[in-house]
Amino acid sequence: MEMVTLLTATLHAAIISATPILYAALGEIFAERSGVLNLGVEGIMLVGAATGFYTAVNSQSLLLGILATVAVSLLFGLIFSFITITLRASQVVTGLVLTIFGTGLSAFLGKSMIGQASPVIFHKIPVPVLSKIPILGHVLFNHDMLVYVLYLLVPLSWFVIYRTREGLNLRAVGENPAAADALGINVFAVRYFYVCLGSMFAGLAGAYLSLAYAPSWLENMSAGRGWIAIVLVIFATWNPVRAALGALIFGGVDVLGFKFQARGIGISPYFMRMLPYLITIIVLIIITARSQMAKNLMPKALTIPYDREER
Amino acid sequence: MYILDKLNEGKCIRFEKRLSVPPVTYLIVPVVSVILVLLLGGLFLALLGYNPVEIYGILLNGAFGNTYNFTETIVHAIPLMLTGLGVSLAFKMGLWNIGAEGQLYFGAFMATGVALFFHDLPTPLMLTLVLTAGFLGGALWGFVPAALKVFIGVNETLTTLLLNYVAILWVDYFIFGPWKDPKGFLPYSKVFPQSAMLPVYPGTRIHAGLILAILAAIILWIIIWKTTWGYEIRLIGENTQVARTAGINIAKNMLLVMIISGGLAGLAGMGEVCGIIGRLQHNISPGYGYTAIIIAWLSRLNPLVILLVAIIFGGLNNGGYALQMVGLPESIVTMLQGAILLFVLGGDILTQYRIKIHRRGCGV
Amino acid sequence: MNELILEMRGITKSFFGVLANDNVNLMVNRGEIHALLGENGAGKTTLMNILTGLYKPDSGEIVISGKKVTFASPRDAIKSGIGMVHQNFRLVDSLTVSENVILGLNDIHRFLNIQEIHEAIGNFSKKYGLNIDPKAEIWQLSVGERQRVEILKMLYRKVGLLILDEPTAVLTPQEVVDLFSSLRNMAQEGKTVIIITHKLNEVMEIADRITVLRGGKSVATMLKKDITRQELARIMVGREIPKVLSRRCVMSEENVLELTGIKALNDRGMEALSGLSVCVRKGEILGIAGVAGNGQKELVEVIAGLRPTLAGSMKINGKNLTNCKPGDIINAGVAIVPEDRVGMGLAQNFNVIENLIVKTYRDSENSRRGFLNWKHLRKNAEKIVKDFDIKTAGVFSPVKLMSGGNQQKLLFARETSKKPSLLVAAYPCRGLDLGATHAVHQILLSQKEQGTGILLISEDLDELLNLADRIAVIYEGKITGIVVPGKASIEQIGLMMCGGGKECIS
Repeated sequence: MEMVTLLTATLHAAIISATPILYAALGEIFAERSGVLNLGVEGIMLVGAATGFYTAVNSQSLLLGILATVAVSLLFGLIFSFITITLRASQVVTGLVLTIFGTGLSAFLGKSMIGQASPVIFHKIPVPVLSKIPILGHVLFNHDMLVYVLYLLVPLSWFVIYRTREGLNLRAVGENPAAADALGINVFAVRYFYVCLGSMFAGLAGAYLSLAYAPSWLENMSAGRGWIAIVLVIFATWNPVRAALGALIFGGVDVLGFKFQARGIGISPYFMRMLPYLITIIVLIIITARSQMAKNLMPKALTIPYDREER
Repeated sequence: MYILDKLNEGKCIRFEKRLSVPPVTYLIVPVVSVILVLLLGGLFLALLGYNPVEIYGILLNGAFGNTYNFTETIVHAIPLMLTGLGVSLAFKMGLWNIGAEGQLYFGAFMATGVALFFHDLPTPLMLTLVLTAGFLGGALWGFVPAALKVFIGVNETLTTLLLNYVAILWVDYFIFGPWKDPKGFLPYSKVFPQSAMLPVYPGTRIHAGLILAILAAIILWIIIWKTTWGYEIRLIGENTQVARTAGINIAKNMLLVMIISGGLAGLAGMGEVCGIIGRLQHNISPGYGYTAIIIAWLSRLNPLVILLVAIIFGGLNNGGYALQMVGLPESIVTMLQGAILLFVLGGDILTQYRIKIHRRGCGV
Repeated sequence: MNELILEMRGITKSFFGVLANDNVNLMVNRGEIHALLGENGAGKTTLMNILTGLYKPDSGEIVISGKKVTFASPRDAIKSGIGMVHQNFRLVDSLTVSENVILGLNDIHRFLNIQEIHEAIGNFSKKYGLNIDPKAEIWQLSVGERQRVEILKMLYRKVGLLILDEPTAVLTPQEVVDLFSSLRNMAQEGKTVIIITHKLNEVMEIADRITVLRGGKSVATMLKKDITRQELARIMVGREIPKVLSRRCVMSEENVLELTGIKALNDRGMEALSGLSVCVRKGEILGIAGVAGNGQKELVEVIAGLRPTLAGSMKINGKNLTNCKPGDIINAGVAIVPEDRVGMGLAQNFNVIENLIVKTYRDSENSRRGFLNWKHLRKNAEKIVKDFDIKTAGVFSPVKLMSGGNQQKLLFARETSKKPSLLVAAYPCRGLDLGATHAVHQILLSQKEQGTGILLISEDLDELLNLADRIAVIYEGKITGIVVPGKASIEQIGLMMCGGGKECIS
């Protein structure tokens, strides 16, 4: 019985742990599918976390907090898009700098809020009936709103990418923008749209951290989750459903660390905290080593700015 | 969005490829960027209720206002120079070494190990050892992602980044655990013996790391532009296929370059613990390894320019501390630094393209 | 019958200072096959890209069926019934045929019913006799099939005017026959076809009317029946076509390159070379004819030591160098002018000097104790620039600012500087103008006369017949036959190019 309780608790926690990574990864899947590698995810997550928390604390409104997060991460998406898509600067460098900038901005915004508690946070809302199912009920249906939204977003993203006209346009733009352009698809508009969408998802990932997961503000609180999300996207071969599975595995690893610690298993907490990064590196090694697949499925135009008159 | 659409569709404004680039463009873009960032930053500060002129005054004074402040600026510039030089060498070869922060931490860790465990050694030997250890620590942290890249093909951007977190936690483990000074309350290591401390310019905190940085810059410049090895590095960075066709051993060069790149960052870490603090502690770097990326890019990977830009950025970091007195977090400096590069990246298109504006009719 | 469907008047367009189109006029009648003829670089493709809205002209106007139009994008052009099949196909490799066909269409239901779409596209393709599996992904298709998808894409958009840019360059002779017959069918159904080409034979075979472009200007428009091949050639070139190049036979019996039973994979892990055997003798030009994509790229990479061989052996000057490093192969006297000049040949941001020493920077006259001897390098580079008549802003200027022809000359200068015993040249004249092509041919012949063995890969049969001492035909990673120019007809070679070869004729 204790085994069951432990398992239930672990899986429940794994979903919570997976949520921010999966938000960011879904967003990055959209951006990369359009041919834009956004390495600013980590920074946007931080800014999203700080803005959401700051607004929620000051307005006492969760909704305003989320709206502020979405607005600010949208702005970041626009900045990134403008520099990399319109001005065709290197996506890698721009993304890195955006992360640095975002780290600074979030620290700046959050300085006054360290140690504060938000009066409004995302509370767990057990789904009526469903949450009463033994084991699964608690694991799946005893979460906050943002997790439930994610349950819908995963299949929806999959559907959009593979089964709609817009998704077809998106895939075409990421694979061969010249072909898409020739058929009248506005490559720039598609890229702007999905980079901004991805950026908003990254911002939500941050807001989840500061308003549901923690819930508080800590400097650098995303702790590399943005980078893990980027690796997850490769692992998932740009497929939202596989990303969900991958995020659960990462979440599980994260949680196991804590569980071991709580049970007094004698491994230093510092090594336990290294685990997600090391596992991410190992995953990266494995997918690279046996990966004709990841290579073949990668959007061909990823990181390449589109220049219509390039000859 | 209307304006963006116009830009993208190329109706009113369009970019036309330049046939030759006036050298002065390379200077105009960063200068204009800095001015724009200062203006925007000023607006931001004004919105927050600060007097931008006063804030910039404090920043400037904190950085270069008097001799003491200037020497402190140099102190902050030293790790920026070393890490900036390190990443620039890797960038020159097209390797995205984003791991200078971790390499710095691991260099500091190794140097600390030597300083703590061989505390009886005579000064010259000790200094040689901490130097070597610092270099090797960073080199090791650069070698791992390089080996993964060369032998398996793993993307080095992500591995170097993730290893930053690992290195910082690694150092945390030691200062909170085995190396914690039993007599202290805070997570600090024991204080280093005097023999492990780098020579310091009397009356200041400027340590011998500065000499290392200047030497490294000169040597790198010579390597890159004057030697066949530098030619190989540049060719690989410019076009790996051509280099491969020419029979250049790319694997060997990648490993070597990442060892040096990491080693330089390791020296920066060594300089922090053996030149300034005298012990290992949490937070030995306020993100020098990341600022290094900005510096290297702004300097267009030119080692000698890196020294200069590092001093300016060191000044910003140093001046940032002065801002805390008026209640502004020093993270505003990180924002300014990031913003400058964002503007330069955006403005770079002007070095490749000319903007053509069609006033009337926007069309044909 | 003579109803004007398209009129382009006074079209002018320049790219960074170079005039690509200079006051061009073009008039096309409904239901005709109109050939746009001109040498490479005459401005044909630019003109058509302007017509389809991809580029904006600096001046000039376009009139379609009597109405003046301006196209902001290819979508506008397609809406007005104008579609283009580009030379490098604009297909999305990872999508299926159906997905490529419906891409960008707005009247498709927002939520895709994939089964239904496959069926619709399948039926549609059968209607036009363009047989293709709608469920196949593009990367699985042959080049000819891909072209059919491109045409299908345009027909599905109900275009009345179809433009084809050098459609036969990548096809086997049999595929060309099929293509031409379907083009004739389209014309009979009232569709108008513009075919961009520089091949006189094709024009004489397929066109109803011809417009000739030369140096960015439209110089003449005439009915095919009113003109002979020779006259047309003169109008196109603006001068008499140079005679067949004079050449001497200096071939010896000695083999500089011996490939036996070579097997190698392509980038996708599929067999690209399946037991290829061929020899190149000292002082001969061995031509490799074949449709692109039959293993030519892999063949070059195997010889360069850039691609591992799974079976077979490679001997250079009698020495076994199978699976050796690129450096060893260079040292054995092998020079390579690769197919992809920009990607594999030259470092575009490097200057002329730096590009010249890519393979020789370690030599004692170029560097001493690891330091480059810039003074010598500069002098040497200036000499080479003069000897090879390379036009550049100076030896310190980056090569990306040079024209394709001058880049190619630079590449040849570099590769021949060490007196190679084997020179491999892949499509060396692709995309060059006539002057540069001539210069490259001269370089090849003079190298041969100095005793170098040359492996010349080309898709231009005329070029091979003109230059080569022997022609080997490659098909699906094997040599299907070797012929001597003059002893075999183009038809015979064409047959071998699609696998129907007889064994060595020589």
